[in-house]
Amino acid sequence: MPYESEPPRPRPRPGPARRRLLAAAAALPAAALLPGCSDDRQRRGRGGRITLRFQSLAWQQDSLKANRQLVAEWNRRHPDVQVRYVQGAWATVHDQLLTSFEGGEAPDIIHDATDDLADFAYGGDLADLTTLLPPRLKADIPQQSWDTATFNGRIHGVPFLQEPRVLIANRTKLHRSGVRIPAPEHPWTWEEFADAAQRLTHRGTYGVAWPLKEPVSATLNLALSTGGRVFHRRPDGKVEVRFDAVDQVVPRTIHHQVNVARTASRSTLGMGGADTLPGFFAGRYAMVPLGFSYRQQIVQQAPDGFDWTVLPAPKGTTLDQGVSPQTLSVAEDCPYKEEAMAFIDFLLRPPNMVRLALGDWLLPTGRQALQDPALHVARHDWATGTALAGALRSAPAQSVRGYPEWKDKIATPGLQEYYSGAIGLDALRQRLVEDGNLVLARYQR
Amino acid sequence: MSQVSTVRRAGRKSPVRPAGRRTAARRTATRTGQYAALLAYLAFLAFPFLWLVSTAFKPPRELGSIHPTWIPGAPTLDNFRQAFTQQPLLTAAGNSLLAAAVSAVIAIVLATPMAYVLARHRGRLARAATGWVVISQAFPLVLVIIPLFLILKNFHLVDSRAGLVMVYAVWSLPFALWMLTGYVRAVPPEVEEAAAVDGAGRIRTLVSVTAPLLAPGIVATGLFAFITAWNEFFFALVLLKSPEKQTLPVVLTHFIGTEGVADLGPLAAAALLATLPSLLLFAVIQRRITGGMLAGAVKS
Repeated sequence: MPYESEPPRPRPRPGPARRRLLAAAAALPAAALLPGCSDDRQRRGRGGRITLRFQSLAWQQDSLKANRQLVAEWNRRHPDVQVRYVQGAWATVHDQLLTSFEGGEAPDIIHDATDDLADFAYGGDLADLTTLLPPRLKADIPQQSWDTATFNGRIHGVPFLQEPRVLIANRTKLHRSGVRIPAPEHPWTWEEFADAAQRLTHRGTYGVAWPLKEPVSATLNLALSTGGRVFHRRPDGKVEVRFDAVDQVVPRTIHHQVNVARTASRSTLGMGGADTLPGFFAGRYAMVPLGFSYRQQIVQQAPDGFDWTVLPAPKGTTLDQGVSPQTLSVAEDCPYKEEAMAFIDFLLRPPNMVRLALGDWLLPTGRQALQDPALHVARHDWATGTALAGALRSAPAQSVRGYPEWKDKIATPGLQEYYSGAIGLDALRQRLVEDGNLVLARYQR
Repeated sequence: MSQVSTVRRAGRKSPVRPAGRRTAARRTATRTGQYAALLAYLAFLAFPFLWLVSTAFKPPRELGSIHPTWIPGAPTLDNFRQAFTQQPLLTAAGNSLLAAAVSAVIAIVLATPMAYVLARHRGRLARAATGWVVISQAFPLVLVIIPLFLILKNFHLVDSRAGLVMVYAVWSLPFALWMLTGYVRAVPPEVEEAAAVDGAGRIRTLVSVTAPLLAPGIVATGLFAFITAWNEFFFALVLLKSPEKQTLPVVLTHFIGTEGVADLGPLAAAALLATLPSLLLFAVIQRRITGGMLAGAVKS
């Protein structure tokens, strides 16, 4: 054991008033179920053994298996520091953590994503990991990934899995159209992408389908390639929204494809990524911009003989794009932070990080893990995605306080209306900037 | 005279026949329309369930088809197998059953005497209590969840099935009380007075006379409390931490990933299993529910 375990902290015995109330509770028929109440008191162990709760959001079969196996492996090797696997869900993690933090009952080790951490990090719910991080782990993950989980100069999560946005294309249509097939080292520019969409558009087939049910993150993350940031930090530390020419390239391209060139389907604007897959398989769309992990659904659902490929997202001045990696954090209330960090370090050793990445069909952030041959194979286009890892940057908005409200109340309806052609660029700019800055101002007083 | 009367009768009858036919035809048309509307409504209600059944038995390739079919082309049980392998569905179903059943019983045991008092003793206090019961339904869940969490934490009832049962019982109590008050009012006080005249005491009257008459209402209300607890999600999400204590609605969300992408087949299979107890319960006690609802619907 590389560390000493702290002795378990006994909880205070309930006072007389509490005992009376508990006795009253016992009068209810439900009192037959009361043994569950003592569980919390036992969580911190007996005889010096520590039990840490690890809430994982793994949901795909392979990922669940990898997580559970790694926890079991840790528990076998560390009898004094046991980790209890607790299943969480992406759909509910924010509400669940919020109430858990408020009530002081949060899990010790928390799986989440960097775009969900800001409120918890600024609220003091997550431990500052800066001094806890083992040098190996700190060195293995590149600075651009650490930036995604750094708030006010403090690291509140270990970013370990990331997802580039790629173009998933019908290879048969691509070859038939005669367009140049882009590669990570030679991607399309946004103009080439628009041309390719034009050439792929035929009767009954759109060149591209933009699933933009959640248009904000897709737009902002891709806008990084043209130098767009939208959120700009002033010298006084306050953040303001701008919508300059570089921010407009991606939205204008999408708007043009949908409303002018008609090379993009209008009906998919309100869809989520998975909703576009049946149309993609049926040949209605030649390309769909999706997250890299959608390959799993395609492998599972594509009809026999359907030939598809992964292309890098178009390039502006750079190939950069914003990402919000999945993270592992430690709760500020956790009394065993070093042990929790030791578990995170174990979970994110290069071979383990690869297992987690393969299970979720995502890319690891670790440099050593990214070298793993399993991530450089042509099968399912792993190699294409892995080649993009160096271009992934912190999504510009995620550390901005008030971003969720700006996104929900201003940007989502604004972009949806703009993409559908209901409003023009000036109206969109007015909403994003003028209305948006009013929202942010409330968070920055 | 007789001829005249015969002619008159004949004269009266001849315009009546077409009118009668018209009325009958109108009635038939109305009835046909009603049945058509009913069928359409039933189809509307059944659609999600039938779609769920269809999806639960479809392999992934059929789920990704642009031309979905009602009947799976290659029906499979893989979704069920996967659902059970990935998540502890049986444990979660057991937890849901326990929480729903115990909380429904508690709610009924508490609500029945309260409803009797509110229905039989109409005073200012009863009116105020009834008003408060109705108002309490207006509080949104998010308003109470954090204070409730803190209170339960003080009693060591967070991450405890007992805590969840108490919350469910309290949460369904106002509506159960409101429903049962209506049923009690529908029982004529004269019946109780007759029992009293026959020498029955207060308790005997309540147990032997009033309670049997209230049975359909109690069953309907209990069913309401059970289903409310069975389907409840947010309290269970927030209050239960240990995997072995989680309820079915919480476990169902584990099939949903980032950006709302779902493992559709296993999710449908698990959701189908989650709906079965409610359906079975309804099927078994349907008549009693109907009786109970009617009993509460009309004031005698």
